[in-house]
Amino acid sequence: MMIRPGAEMHFQTLNEAIRSTPDTDVMIENCLGQRYIGAGLSGKTIVINGTPGNALGAYLDGCTIHVHGNSQEATGDTMNEGTIYVHGNAGDATGYAMRGGKIFIEGNSGYRTGIHMKAFQEKVPVLVVGGITGSFLGEYQAGGYIIVLDLNHQSIEKNCNFVGTGMHGGKIFLRTEKLPPNLPKQILASQATKEDLKEIKPFIHEFCEAFGREEQEILDSSFYVLTPNSNNPYKQLYTRNQC
Amino acid sequence: MMSQNILHKEGEVRIPSGCAISGIFSKSGKKVNGREIIKSIATMHDRSNGLGGGFAGYGIYPQYPDAYAFHVFYNDEDSKARCEKFLERHFDVINLSKIPTRKVAAITDEPLIWRYFVTPLHIKLMQSQLSEEEFTKRCVIHINTQLDGAYVFSSGKNMGVFKAVGFPEDVGEFYRLEEYDAYSWTAHGRYPTNTPGWWGGAHPFDLLGLSIVHNGEISSYDANRRYIEMFGYKCNLLTDTEVITYIIDYLANEKKLTMEEVASVIAAPFWSTIERMPQKQREQLTYLRNTFASLLITGPFSILVGFEGGMMALNDRLKLRSMVVGEKDDTDMVYIASEECAIRVIEPRVDRVWSPKGGEPVIVRLNPDAKV
Repeated sequence: MMIRPGAEMHFQTLNEAIRSTPDTDVMIENCLGQRYIGAGLSGKTIVINGTPGNALGAYLDGCTIHVHGNSQEATGDTMNEGTIYVHGNAGDATGYAMRGGKIFIEGNSGYRTGIHMKAFQEKVPVLVVGGITGSFLGEYQAGGYIIVLDLNHQSIEKNCNFVGTGMHGGKIFLRTEKLPPNLPKQILASQATKEDLKEIKPFIHEFCEAFGREEQEILDSSFYVLTPNSNNPYKQLYTRNQC
Repeated sequence: MMSQNILHKEGEVRIPSGCAISGIFSKSGKKVNGREIIKSIATMHDRSNGLGGGFAGYGIYPQYPDAYAFHVFYNDEDSKARCEKFLERHFDVINLSKIPTRKVAAITDEPLIWRYFVTPLHIKLMQSQLSEEEFTKRCVIHINTQLDGAYVFSSGKNMGVFKAVGFPEDVGEFYRLEEYDAYSWTAHGRYPTNTPGWWGGAHPFDLLGLSIVHNGEISSYDANRRYIEMFGYKCNLLTDTEVITYIIDYLANEKKLTMEEVASVIAAPFWSTIERMPQKQREQLTYLRNTFASLLITGPFSILVGFEGGMMALNDRLKLRSMVVGEKDDTDMVYIASEECAIRVIEPRVDRVWSPKGGEPVIVRLNPDAKV
């Protein structure tokens, strides 16, 4: 199915058309701000040319979405399964509370990327950003992988303030020579080892396949890995807890 | 407090809730028709709830470039007569007329809406020993606080605010915005947080050509209000956008800070960030934070500040609201909006689209050779 929403079509009409078509391949041309595209859907491939609105792929449950353009705020909000590729930049709060599936951003992503990401048993979400992100990367992260590659050398160290604020689970990988300042004391940051990089190799591979990048070149660079420093890093933050 | 035509005044009812903002700026001074800004803000329809919409256009009254253009809401003929008497006592009224509107089904309960092109009476101005700006500002504040049923919602030179309760696209239709051309436009779609919408409470807020559209909810309202009221401003609307307007007017026009400095006061960097700066910058920012501590605005906001010959976009320092900037080089155009789609709809081929950081002001001005 091919559909041209332009600016006039309301998101409800567009999403109803996507949901009700028996076609598994959906092409959206000239998309202009329609929200919630693919919300809760599974089993379709959606290609979007233009600018999808907020909460693209919210609660996504197993589709593949390609965006040729930039996505706005909260891409993949609370998604459960599937893959979103953005051939461009993403707005703030990309991967907000995602609990499964993968998001690949070719360019930059905004503030609070990966906020509230979580994991449970076999559900481990993955978010890879080719460029850099805004501040508060991985805020309150509870699980999954956030990987920031800075392929255009814009400097993670200078742009990403307050990384991992409130983080208590999961891992953040930063491809950088120098750690950003202001890391909270509940975060452990160390140079990634070969073993660490083995964990993320398949995700880097998938990113490179999607955006035509050289995998080995990326893996050969300096990475830092950030994790919470204990199982209960904020035990003493507000009150003295006995346990 | 002025009486109002609506059931509840601002502040009597709390409505928890987003908003939409959009701006178009032509650095070359080329005039852009009002239809364009309507198209942009309408794309973000779902960010507003129909309780307020408005526009500010700069360069729209080239026939009276040196007169203050007062746009006034009146509750009734009596309030109009009282206000006009006041205006005649203080100003030379060069031209007065109803602001042309058209009937739009979605816009109801309109007040009387009048426009006056005025200049301060020479003798009054001399007696007051004030500057022309200060004199006019005090008159506007006097009308808005003392003259029941009259509200001056636009008072700049060669610019004008058009606002109402309704969705912004309906408000634009109502005010026949297609009849105006501006080098700079800002627009707002309101989704009131805390207060029910009324005509005066819609955005933009304006004081002598300094206009603000605002998406957010500031948590420092009372601290800011108490401080700014010491300098003669009266926050009588109980909305946070009003206090932002007075803060920027005070810092930029009274204290003569640059717009960059104003941004460093209201969206100051964290002390921990300031500590890591080079000495000169650190000293300057420490000075500004200490001197104007009470004017730090906290809580989420993205604002567009319109002023004569320029526009500033600013996010709160934590960047709790979305805002993107689009630039088109060959036409010297800058577009700023809450969402990228609102830029793409009027200019699909922008050269760059980017998001400013929290507290990082984006200031655009007319080129030196621009004619407006």
